[in-house]
Amino acid sequence: MSSAAPQLAQGAHADGSLAHHFESHAQQNQAATLGMWAFLVQEVMFFGGLFTVYLVYRTLHPGAFAEGSAHLPRDLGTLNTGVLIGSSLTMALAVRCGQLAQGKRAALLIVATMALAAVFLGVKAVEYGHKWEDGLVPGLRWNPAAGADAHLNLFYALYFVMTGCHALHMLIGLVLMVFVARKAWRGGYSGANYLGIECLGLYWHFVDLVWIFLFPLLYLLHGPGGHA
Amino acid sequence: MSEHGHVLPLRVYLAVFLALLGGTALTTWVATHDLGPLNDAVALGIAGTKSALVILYFMHVRYQTRLVWVFSLAGFVWLVLFFILILADYETRLPVQGWGG
Repeated sequence: MSSAAPQLAQGAHADGSLAHHFESHAQQNQAATLGMWAFLVQEVMFFGGLFTVYLVYRTLHPGAFAEGSAHLPRDLGTLNTGVLIGSSLTMALAVRCGQLAQGKRAALLIVATMALAAVFLGVKAVEYGHKWEDGLVPGLRWNPAAGADAHLNLFYALYFVMTGCHALHMLIGLVLMVFVARKAWRGGYSGANYLGIECLGLYWHFVDLVWIFLFPLLYLLHGPGGHA
Repeated sequence: MSEHGHVLPLRVYLAVFLALLGGTALTTWVATHDLGPLNDAVALGIAGTKSALVILYFMHVRYQTRLVWVFSLAGFVWLVLFFILILADYETRLPVQGWGG
């Protein structure tokens, strides 16, 4: 590729897929990937703050966290984990199709990712509904007799904030997917310039990463044994 | 690395997908057994392994430049340092004041 790069770069500049300040698509891709990672590190810090609150309050009130976790439906949590991993697979395959300049396939795989994301959010909505009925929503609908531990509301406040922020990230991802899938379907990406799909993929996999940690920390704690 | 990035064969994605599902099944199964103080270590170990698979293969970090390696590791390393320092504070308060009972 290197010997043909200058001519190719000029042509690419002309068709608009390569920004004028980059030498080549390879350089442009590297810069965009690095920039996306800088953004994701900031996201790690954002969720890191929430995980820190979790760490501190669970250290102070292990019983409340064990009791709260025991209330969460493990089957639905496990199902959603599988669904989100499936959506990560379809997203990764969409990026691969982007690399191979298969725009229509990439678009269909992004739509499949959206469908799986919708399943995840639907299951989440059902779970939230159950918590509402049981009076386990701190600040809005809280039944003081719901649990034995006086600090149970701390666990549920964190449950809603952490899974809520995660779900918000998924909703943002869904909106972005509409635009990227449309552009991919219309042949807006070439094999050399598939950055939109690549960066969307990085974002979506990050959302999956957050859930990989949220799932065991919220749903799988030990109750009866007293080991929180 | 070519202009198109590193195109991985399909079987790599499928193998990572199956490993992630296997890790989910494993962590759910292990949670039905009480390992005492090891509960969290095992759960976080499995989650960390799953994350590494996602980052290295789905997010292609394994095939990226060293600079991307540094960026992607930086966030997690600082987060771990943060957790250690926070715990060093809270864990040592307990015997002094009887904090939180």
